[in-house]
Amino acid sequence: MSSDDIFAKVRTTLVDALSVDDDQVTPTARLKADLGAESIDFLDIVFRLEKQFGVPIPREELFPEAIFQGDASFVANGVVTAKGLEALEKQMPFANLTEFKKNPRLDKVEDLFTVDLICSYLAMKVAAKG
Amino acid sequence: MRWTWIDRFTRFESGKSATAVKNLSLAEDHFADHFPGFPVMPAPLILEGLAQTGGILVGEANKFEKNVVLAKITAKCVRDALAGEQLTYTATLLDLNDTGARVAATAHSGPDLVVEAEIMFAHVTPAQLPPGVPDAKFVFTGELTHLLRAAEAAK
Repeated sequence: MSSDDIFAKVRTTLVDALSVDDDQVTPTARLKADLGAESIDFLDIVFRLEKQFGVPIPREELFPEAIFQGDASFVANGVVTAKGLEALEKQMPFANLTEFKKNPRLDKVEDLFTVDLICSYLAMKVAAKG
Repeated sequence: MRWTWIDRFTRFESGKSATAVKNLSLAEDHFADHFPGFPVMPAPLILEGLAQTGGILVGEANKFEKNVVLAKITAKCVRDALAGEQLTYTATLLDLNDTGARVAATAHSGPDLVVEAEIMFAHVTPAQLPPGVPDAKFVFTGELTHLLRAAEAAK
């Protein structure tokens, strides 16, 4: 499956799940800030992607919300620590953290969740499926 | 307050689909105000009936061991339903996993489509309950248990 095919399917999924227009779903669009997704929408998106791509998607794998819960050493004064960044990289190898690392504020973590990130994740899953 | 917006299940296929009926009686209080002289069933109450049909379908798929909570609903209302009509609610399970479920639902009056909806439910674990909610199982209790028996009978 080409990256264009993956993007097209992701766009269809987000248009259906979030009731947004086709042209709003650009590669850099952020799910929450730009497309208006709420936390419950992530569950909906996962359901729809599983169907579109025929691969199982553990919710915590694509949207690891729990990563900063329970371990205070991951975050200090609203900033993600080196240990936290390491955990984030490990849990989300498909994410590009270059920009985020320059100013790793916890309240900016949600901006990592872009259309591009979903496409990268699915490219990884589809490749693993063979 | 009674909050049962299904009269009876007429068909129930575990883990697949469920059908229930709802008779719209002019004696129901909401028709007095919605609207005087023109008794239209409020669409949110139709959606509530669809969510109860779908929610019980989802709950039964896990033997009612999980709390099933309405999380998101997308609906299209096609026409008004008036007092005196009988609505048939059909819910079909689209997806089900540990975190939740998705259901496609329709309300028909005879052959006419009245509402179509897609409903998402989340499974709420005891750990996710807000502080102060004492009962770990809080969805499939009380009035709903009567509906569950009706669902059993329709199997």
